[in-house]
Amino acid sequence: MNHLKVAITGGTSGLGLALVRELCQRGCRVAFVARTCESVDRIAHNHPGTHGIVGDVARKEDIHPTALQITAALGGLDVLVNNASSLGPTPLALLGDTECEDFALALETNVLGPFRLTKALLGALTASAREGPGALVLNISSDAAINAYPQWGAYGVSKAALRHMSAIWGEELAAQGVRFLSIDPGDMDTPLHALAVPDADPATLKRPDAAARELADAISATLVREHA
Amino acid sequence: MIAARHPVQRPRDARLLVINWQGAIAHAARSSLADFLEAGDLVIANDAATLPASLHGVHLPSGAPIEVRLAGRSSFAREHLRFSAVVFGAGDWRTRTEDRPQPPPLVPGDRLALGPLVAIVERMLGHKRLVALKFEGPPDTVWAGVARHGRPIQYAYLDRTLALWDVWSPIAALPVAFEPPSAGFALDWRFLETLRARGVEFATITLAAGISSTGEPALDARLPFDEPYRVPAATASSIRRTKTKGGRIVAVGTTVVRALEHSGGHPGTGVANQRVGPRTRLRVVDAILSGTHEPHESHYQLLRAFQHDDVLAEAGAALEASKYRTHEFGDSVLIFFHRPPRRMPSRRHVYRERSPLGA
Repeated sequence: MNHLKVAITGGTSGLGLALVRELCQRGCRVAFVARTCESVDRIAHNHPGTHGIVGDVARKEDIHPTALQITAALGGLDVLVNNASSLGPTPLALLGDTECEDFALALETNVLGPFRLTKALLGALTASAREGPGALVLNISSDAAINAYPQWGAYGVSKAALRHMSAIWGEELAAQGVRFLSIDPGDMDTPLHALAVPDADPATLKRPDAAARELADAISATLVREHA
Repeated sequence: MIAARHPVQRPRDARLLVINWQGAIAHAARSSLADFLEAGDLVIANDAATLPASLHGVHLPSGAPIEVRLAGRSSFAREHLRFSAVVFGAGDWRTRTEDRPQPPPLVPGDRLALGPLVAIVERMLGHKRLVALKFEGPPDTVWAGVARHGRPIQYAYLDRTLALWDVWSPIAALPVAFEPPSAGFALDWRFLETLRARGVEFATITLAAGISSTGEPALDARLPFDEPYRVPAATASSIRRTKTKGGRIVAVGTTVVRALEHSGGHPGTGVANQRVGPRTRLRVVDAILSGTHEPHESHYQLLRAFQHDDVLAEAGAALEASKYRTHEFGDSVLIFFHRPPRRMPSRRHVYRERSPLGA
């Protein structure tokens, strides 16, 4: 995976941070995006060679400045990982108790954000596909995208939409050489999970670095297969 | 012609004036662009994304408000933070560039505070408004500052301010252009699908399109500035393949013509510093899709490499008479070079018969 240019949203904690570390170790050139300046600076400082970008994928106004910084930092883009996620209401709530604003935030972060960022980076991704081993968008999914779990309404609906969007993008852009993957990494010991299920026993949860290794393998397998 | 005042990249009623190789003029809907292409042709566009190149701030030695418009750069490298730039005095784009006040006197060493950025004037470039400047700080910090503080260069004829998404074409990739390579506004993903279905190839180059106008005749006479470009190996292969089979190379925009004619269609990076005009012998490009241009614009000189002056004059009169829209968000022209196609019409001939050219 040497020199593959990868951008990861939500890259300062949980699975995103584990992916930054894993992909750096595998020789990728990594840019990551997160909302908080202090966290971005800290992670960039601790991982020399990475490029930290402050941006909120849920804000329309942040998308193009973020896309600009990604492609300026990496000189293009081969892989986009839409990892940043919002649970919607916290603590989790029944749909009937969910505020419209919290529902909207889940959709903005988990569906519209990935749509906008993918669209803004489509030129870079298709350019990469024309020149090299193909480009890839990896959308982080959840079993809540398929199963109807009570209290996971806003999150589940948004993840279901993201999963379907991945499939449609994939159909539409196969001829352009851009692949789309939607992968459920499983229940992990992450800040997001702790927010959703505060009393979960961390010992029963998957470690984010294990999930990151699996995702990196999936990225590698997809692009190598495309190249072969 | 009339100014296209609404910043919509692909208005449904966009029009296309076509000049075939024989110099015959036809009018069409721009949505029928693919009808003028044939299997074996190759469409090449500039995939440069546009920087928010307008930076407001203060000339620190005098405290005077200024606007800096980044205008050129000699390399795409992220750590290359030296730019040429045009500096304006107080005010903004609502005043025509021609009427903008001069900046305070600038000398090398002057520091400019531009939002979160600081730039130092390194040299004057032969005009009181034109400077070579360098941003201070690490590259990621500078690019973050440009991305957040900068705004796209604005146009006084538009009815609203432009956001970055207004000036990025659908294929925009590397952020290196200072003004949009706006011929690419005509492209969308459905069009690229149509090309594929018809056996027309598509490829890209990247050229850092420079500033199109400074409002100063003395400076405008020096346009276009030198523009770095890159021709990907895949694009160069497509060009060779197309030439071998006798297909036509269709450049989307003047910037693509500059890059391809400077490189000879070979892969790699370079700096386009030539002027393409009536005496240029085109080596690579067979046709250009462009915005509508008037004779006083530098882009018009480039069109003269494709067609005889009398044909362009006739086309200009037709654009005027039919009230085509001009400027960045305007209608388009498709101009074929005045030489016969290198191959006999194939059964794809049907497209030509169907086209309004009737040729």
